[in-house]
Formats: sequence, structure tokens, C-alpha cells
Amino acid sequence: MVHFSPEEKAAVTSLWGKVNVEEAGGEALGRLLVVYPWTQRFFDNFGNLSSASAIMGNPKVKAHGKKVLTSFGEAIKNMDNLKGTFAKLSELHCDKLHVDPENFRLLGNVLVIILASHFGKEFTPDVQAAWQKLVAGVATALAHKYH
Amino acid sequence: MVHFTAEEKAAVVSLWARVNVELVGGEVLGRLLVVYPWTQRFFDSFGNLSSESAIMGNPKVKAHGKKVLTSFGNAVKHMDDLKDTFAELSELHCDKLHVDPENFKLLGNMILVVLATHFTKEFTPRVQAAWQKLTTAVANALTHKYH
Repeated sequence: MVHFSPEEKAAVTSLWGKVNVEEAGGEALGRLLVVYPWTQRFFDNFGNLSSASAIMGNPKVKAHGKKVLTSFGEAIKNMDNLKGTFAKLSELHCDKLHVDPENFRLLGNVLVIILASHFGKEFTPDVQAAWQKLVAGVATALAHKYH
Repeated sequence: MVHFTAEEKAAVVSLWARVNVELVGGEVLGRLLVVYPWTQRFFDSFGNLSSESAIMGNPKVKAHGKKVLTSFGNAVKHMDDLKDTFAELSELHCDKLHVDPENFKLLGNMILVVLATHFTKEFTPRVQAAWQKLTTAVANALTHKYH
């Protein structure tokens, strides 16, 4: 089980407090689809994903991105029990959605980049390290029920 | 061989022109050592790496970071011929330095995060995509001579 120090938890929650989940969620999912285009295969029914601007402006991308990042917010409230928190979502992503767990790591990296671009210098090495540890923990938790 | 479109090249080159290689190089290597602490094993002779501030302020980290990023600048000038550009460095990292190639991907991710913190909104999804493609291709080129 991943262990977060009090400093790491503080670094994560203080930054999260300033995140606009709706906006950042849409941006995270959008960037995933732009930077790693093969991920578009999971979103066939989202309509126009033909260019970066189409993707970033797509209302279904924004809505689903918000949903995904809201769920990520649960991770932050339960940093000591990520596997328990994401058990059902893990089963869903394996059994129904058939998502390769590598994609959870990609989304985690995209989230780190977005935080870096939003917070600039405030996204210090220590803050980055805490967030990197969290996204890795979430990716592992989401992969945990795979079979 | 990786092919970069004219737009991707332009996105990379225009941002690179505004990068302070000395400053960014030190920050990239420093962040690698902070965020992925096991990478410190390659830098035993660097002295004090005991905390984030020690690492980020360490003169050997800054100097070596500058060296690494200057070499990366070669990639930007030879985006159509990365494997040849990095052939000798690939052999060096395998035969002499014994660096696991996974670390090249980690360093590539650090470059993206540092660019995102410096350029913030300007680090758009398209710019991120071009840089992700470049860092991945450099990582592959550095791995190419491994045996």
C-alpha cells in the first residue's frame, strides 16, 4: 500500500483546493486525446475529434473529463486507501471498458503537465513529486482488479 | 524512423529558442532526482542530494543538467535523424553508464513538466504533443544501440 507523508498529503490537497475540476478535467482528457491519439478509440461516440481544437472544444470531452477528474478528487480524500476507493472502477475498466492500464499512467502524466502549466513556479519539485506519487498510486489502484 | 510534420517541428523549434538551456537543464535533472529518487544512484559522486533544496541547489546537478540538455539541443537540430545523432551516446549509456532505458522516458517527462511550468498557457496541447513525440523519439534513439 502506498504511504503518503503529511508533507506529501499537504502538497496534494493544497494545490487541489485551487483546481477548477470542470475546466481541468476537460483539459486533461482533451490533452490525452491530442497527445496520445490512439486513446481516441475509447471515445467513438464523442463526435468530432479531428483536430486539437475540435477535441479541446468538444462538449462530450469536457463533460467526461469533468467526470473523470471528479472521481480523481475521491483519491485525494482517500489517499491511504486508493485500492479500496477504486476497486469498483477498476473492475469496470477491465470488464466493461477494456482499457489497457497503461492509459491510466498516461492520463496521470497529462494531469501532472496540466498542473505544471496552470501553477507554473508554484509547481515545485516537491509538489510535483507528491503528485507524481499520487497519480502512480491511482493508476496502480485502477489496475488492481484486472484479470 | 519517426516523422515530424512541419507544424510539429515549428512547435518544437520556436519554444526551444526561448529556453535557457543552463537553467532548464539543471531544473530538469534536479526534478528527476527529486521525483524519482532511485535515479540518484547514477550520481554518487555529486555530493549532497539529501533534500529537494540540496538537489536543486547542487552545482554538480546544475552543471550536468546543462550538459544533458545541451545534448538534447542536438535532437532539436536533427529531428529527422535521431538514431544516428544519438548512436554514440546510446552505446555510452549501455556499455559504460549502465543506465536502464526506462530512465530516458522519465527524463523526457521531466523536460515536458519543466517546459509546462515555464511556458504555462503557451504550452498548448499541440505544443505538448510535439514535445512528447520528440522526447519519446530521443528515448528510443538512446535505447537503439542497447544490447
